[in-house]
Amino acid sequence: MSDFWILLTGSLVAACCGIVGVFLVLRKMAMIGDAISHSVMPGIVIAFLISGSRDSMLMMFAALVFGLITVLLIGLFQRSGIQSDASIGVVFTALFAIGVILVSLFARQVHLDQDAILYGEIAFVHWNLWEIGGMSLGPKAVWLLGVTLLVISLIIGLFYKQFKICSFDPALAAAIGIPVAFFHYLLMGLVSMATVSSFESVGAILVVGMLIVPASTAYLLTEKLGTMIALSIAAGIVSTFIGYSASIWLDASIAGCIVCAAGLLFLAAFLFSPTQGLVVRKLRMRSLAVSETR
Amino acid sequence: MSHAASNLYKEQGNKPPLSVSGLSAAYQKKPVLRNVSFEVKEGELIGVIGPNGAGKSTMIKAALGLIPTIGGEVLVYGKPCKEQRKLIGYVPQRESVDWDFPTNALDVVLMGTYGRLGWFGRPKAKDKALALECLEKVGMGDFADRQISQLSGGQQQRVFLARALAQNAKLYFMDEPFAGVDAATEKAIITLLQELKKQGKTVIVVHHDLATVQQYFDSVLLLNVELQAFGPTKDTFTREQLQRTYGGRLAFLDSSLTGEGAGIAVPKGESGHE
Repeated sequence: MSDFWILLTGSLVAACCGIVGVFLVLRKMAMIGDAISHSVMPGIVIAFLISGSRDSMLMMFAALVFGLITVLLIGLFQRSGIQSDASIGVVFTALFAIGVILVSLFARQVHLDQDAILYGEIAFVHWNLWEIGGMSLGPKAVWLLGVTLLVISLIIGLFYKQFKICSFDPALAAAIGIPVAFFHYLLMGLVSMATVSSFESVGAILVVGMLIVPASTAYLLTEKLGTMIALSIAAGIVSTFIGYSASIWLDASIAGCIVCAAGLLFLAAFLFSPTQGLVVRKLRMRSLAVSETR
Repeated sequence: MSHAASNLYKEQGNKPPLSVSGLSAAYQKKPVLRNVSFEVKEGELIGVIGPNGAGKSTMIKAALGLIPTIGGEVLVYGKPCKEQRKLIGYVPQRESVDWDFPTNALDVVLMGTYGRLGWFGRPKAKDKALALECLEKVGMGDFADRQISQLSGGQQQRVFLARALAQNAKLYFMDEPFAGVDAATEKAIITLLQELKKQGKTVIVVHHDLATVQQYFDSVLLLNVELQAFGPTKDTFTREQLQRTYGGRLAFLDSSLTGEGAGIAVPKGESGHE
């Protein structure tokens, strides 16, 4: 049964991260995703200190707040003339460091495991069950991820055209009266949610891999936004299955193996994509060269 | 700036398509647009001319409310721009978007209808039919399913114009639609502009090529941070006005501006302004 729960958890992480990841990649905001995934850490710790539990709504809320603070601060610094990547670096390392200090200060009192936050503990996901009246309803992580996936699907589905036009041509979007800033922060809120729901499983460091890598793989394989989202989710889920099997075989970190598998899938797409793959392009060049010489 | 024609509009109770007064904008404390006022007449093609860094794109973006301004008022048919979004069409510079975005030509044109769809509406079959029709109008009907990165620069520009058509606006802003396009596209754009004019629409076009100004536009607006001149092309597009606008950087101006093959050269790659 534990296999089932781990694979289900991993697949839900893949779906949550895969959807929002597509928009991060298309908006060239991959590093913002990285920043958010790290800087929600103090929010998580503070919420944990207040509530003493790891699956509260408070934790989700605190992480959302810190995610948005991160984006606001990065935007503020960028607008005042600081280099874009430097702004990202400054903000997320500073916030992440606060999180590290908080964990090291209070970890012993509240049983918050530094390793669990950084690297995740998907292997133990089925130990933390949600029980009502003695009846087990499955792991809490699955419920949390399920609700997050529902919210993400609902919001992206409802405002698909807004997210699409804001990603492709924000100037036109603004000109026709779409509140571009609102949808920017809405997306950042969804990224924060995906991050918080996933960090417990894959950890704060590797969650960015699930946000960016499957979406980048999908980008190489399609020329349609809708298909790209579907492929991004699929690539994440396939990575989960391959990674989990590999982790059993190697007796190694599950999260590490999953993101590694995602990286290998990306490499495969990079080399063999029917439209943009390196190999295909080389072959096409060669056949062109041959037909030229004839 | 007020001229007889605009007064006529007021007498008739008609509001001008665009009325700009005292518009100023700055980038990091450096003024890029200072106290610009003008009023355009309905059904005109207006060329916005000026050296690089003169604030031409800035003026359009400021008028559309896309960038913060430090003063001024913009009225579209007598009401603030924000309330008239559905009447305004916009063609941004082609380089402003990523053409590797996973979408096809028809889908980009369809985005022109998004403004009418409200918060939750989705493009329907009739919107798609309209988008296809707009693509056909710019001679791109056969490319509807083509991934946008596989289109040439001129074709991409025509997709942008088709999208503006799909907006079905009354007042259009076009930011350098002629920049770096092939002859076929240039012709397609100019045909389109003429058709929009025929339909009584007003089009404001940022333009670089001085040699074609007289041929394309009814009025010109000469801009160099401040408004230099604005009026009918034949009265305004003169040697003195151009020299004033471009400063000493207009390399040479043929004495016969209206003559065939008038040689007007602007040093390329100029940047910055006085």
